[in-house]
Amino acid sequence: MTQNQTKPISIQGPMCPVPHHHTEAVVIGHGSGGQMTSDLIKNNFQSRIGNVYLSEGNDAARLFVAGLNDQIAVSTDSHVVSPIFYPGGDIGRLSVCGTVNDVAMLGADPKYLTAGFILEEGFSIESLNMIIDSMADACKEAGVQIVAGDTKVVEKGKADGIFINTAGFGVIPHKRQIGGQFAQPGDAVIISGSLGDHGIAVLQARGELGFESDITSDVAPLNHMIAELLEAIPEVHVLRDPTRGGLATSLKEIACQSEISIRLNEESIPVKPDVRTACEMLGFDPLYMANEGKLIVILPEEKAESALEIIKNSHYGTNAMRIGAVFEEDPGMVLLETAFGSTRILDMLSGEILPRIC
Amino acid sequence: MTDISTPKFLSGFRNAGLVKTAISEIHKCITQPWSLMEICGGQTHAIMQYGLDQLLPAEIELIHGPGCPVCVTSLALIDQALWIAKQPEVIFTSFGDMLRVPGSNGDLFSVRASGGQVRVVYSPLDAVEIASKNPDKQVVFFAIGFETTAPANAMAVLQAEKMGLQNFSILPANVLVPPAMHAILGSPDNRIQGFLAAGHVCAVMGYWEYPPIAEQYKTPIVVTGFEPLDLVNGILQTIKMLEEGRVEVKNAYSRVVTFQGNQAAQEIIKKVFEPVDRNWRGIGIIPKSGFGLREIYKNFNAVERFGSGDIKTEESKICIAGQVLQGLKKPSDCPAFGTQCTPQNPLGAPMVSSEGACAAYYRYGKKPR
Repeated sequence: MTQNQTKPISIQGPMCPVPHHHTEAVVIGHGSGGQMTSDLIKNNFQSRIGNVYLSEGNDAARLFVAGLNDQIAVSTDSHVVSPIFYPGGDIGRLSVCGTVNDVAMLGADPKYLTAGFILEEGFSIESLNMIIDSMADACKEAGVQIVAGDTKVVEKGKADGIFINTAGFGVIPHKRQIGGQFAQPGDAVIISGSLGDHGIAVLQARGELGFESDITSDVAPLNHMIAELLEAIPEVHVLRDPTRGGLATSLKEIACQSEISIRLNEESIPVKPDVRTACEMLGFDPLYMANEGKLIVILPEEKAESALEIIKNSHYGTNAMRIGAVFEEDPGMVLLETAFGSTRILDMLSGEILPRIC
Repeated sequence: MTDISTPKFLSGFRNAGLVKTAISEIHKCITQPWSLMEICGGQTHAIMQYGLDQLLPAEIELIHGPGCPVCVTSLALIDQALWIAKQPEVIFTSFGDMLRVPGSNGDLFSVRASGGQVRVVYSPLDAVEIASKNPDKQVVFFAIGFETTAPANAMAVLQAEKMGLQNFSILPANVLVPPAMHAILGSPDNRIQGFLAAGHVCAVMGYWEYPPIAEQYKTPIVVTGFEPLDLVNGILQTIKMLEEGRVEVKNAYSRVVTFQGNQAAQEIIKKVFEPVDRNWRGIGIIPKSGFGLREIYKNFNAVERFGSGDIKTEESKICIAGQVLQGLKKPSDCPAFGTQCTPQNPLGAPMVSSEGACAAYYRYGKKPR
């Protein structure tokens, strides 16, 4: 099949088309949780409905209520995961845990949720009951109650079985200041466990990968672990759950919010071997895979060891690791130090190839 | 990453101690500057991911070759893909990376957003499966890739034939490495002194085609794998030959590659495909550098089925993808790199694909200027 070619080829020079930037219509990448989502929020939402609460850019808003010393944390999250049942979880558990966690990331104690259901005509009542039972179990575990709800039904073909929106409310104790904008040079970075479990579990449940494994989603409410941590160590600066976009995207957001850089030690980042293998086969990076039960903690270096101890002793934090530190130089950058002594930049997830994962 | 993260079958090839030893060997034996090309986008990606270029002697210049199938697929073929995917009776299937590559007017994501049925598959056989489950639809697979994907692409055609599927076709877009090596080495602008051949292409095709190339252009070639130790070992062997003035073909990926390659796979390719001239984005037409369907399988050719061959395209001249793909320029030489051109806002195909040189540069360590 080789063709000996003695005549030099003609070189056409620079040529590359300018792509369409998807400003005319929504594409799936706008829901990736990465750069395209961030651009959509900034250019289309914040420019029109922006305010001081939204511009903080955290998982939940911090509200001041006249006459109250404590503040209120509020968050909302819509859940469209496909398939709706997957190893380790389902859309019901996810819709409770996702919002509980978002509220808890401000150091708030989540108390109440609302739930809105969009149901597609023909959706099985048995499946619906299983999802509601799962929500009830997750609420019980997290210690929250669903106090208001809404149900809408759309015609067959206008939705994919069931979509759930939840909103969460919690109380932030007086003077507690936790958020993505508070990371300080000299802080340590901790992750509460292995990365990528949820993303791979959901992908695999779609049955399109051609292989099977025992990987299960990590979807879990993290509020009890956070409460124990903050009770012992109130000096925590940042809490974040690295959901869509994974660890890399979450840390990049924090680096930009706090105007600091984060250096990670690649060897210390926990990834389960089967998740690692699945990612190898599919060409994914576990640092960008979604998690639904993991916690990033950024806090003063001198408190890191005792924080790690507390997290490791809690149910959802047994594989916690200290993975990096915060620096003043190169603000906005996340750098990964490899085992070979080289360094690479971690940026936000750029687009979306993966199916709906949350 | 930690012990719990690296699968056993790979851990040895990512062993930092072994990699560092091989790198210090390279430092010891190098006495002058050398320019090497790693032909495969997967290798470029791994070099950047592990930061291996930062550890090599300054005398070594790594030039990133045109080995990313997504990047070299011509605009004309992408436009054909977009046109076919828009047809109401079509389910268009593709590897994920192709969805973001811009055609003249939008990309496959836009086609999907405007109601076209575009599905990501992990194997061409998945597309055959979709065809058998949707007899009222025309299922088209975008058959891109180098010799690595050609056996599976050919197998999909054979499988569809065996199942008697009338509603399956492929858009043939496979490209071939050896003709591209001829084109690069034969170019008057050539600066390449040593080649790291693409290990996975050789796993299929063997490396029997390479000794005449090495001889003709007096350029040593080392068949190289994709793990850090594979890559530094491939570089070490190439540098040793260059320093000693030897021109040979070596296999530094012998756990996967044999001289003859996978003959069963080659037979399947030969049965279904024949070499055809192909236009490479940024390089131009390289004779006999692609796989087209043989006459007896022309019923499976989407170009014939949909009459998409008449679509005219015009490339605009914006970025330096052409020079990057030929190894004449580095991604960071481009004025648009990291500023106007980023993975989420790509000007050129090398920034779009995760195997593209620009995307690898951007993600793994080259700060924008």
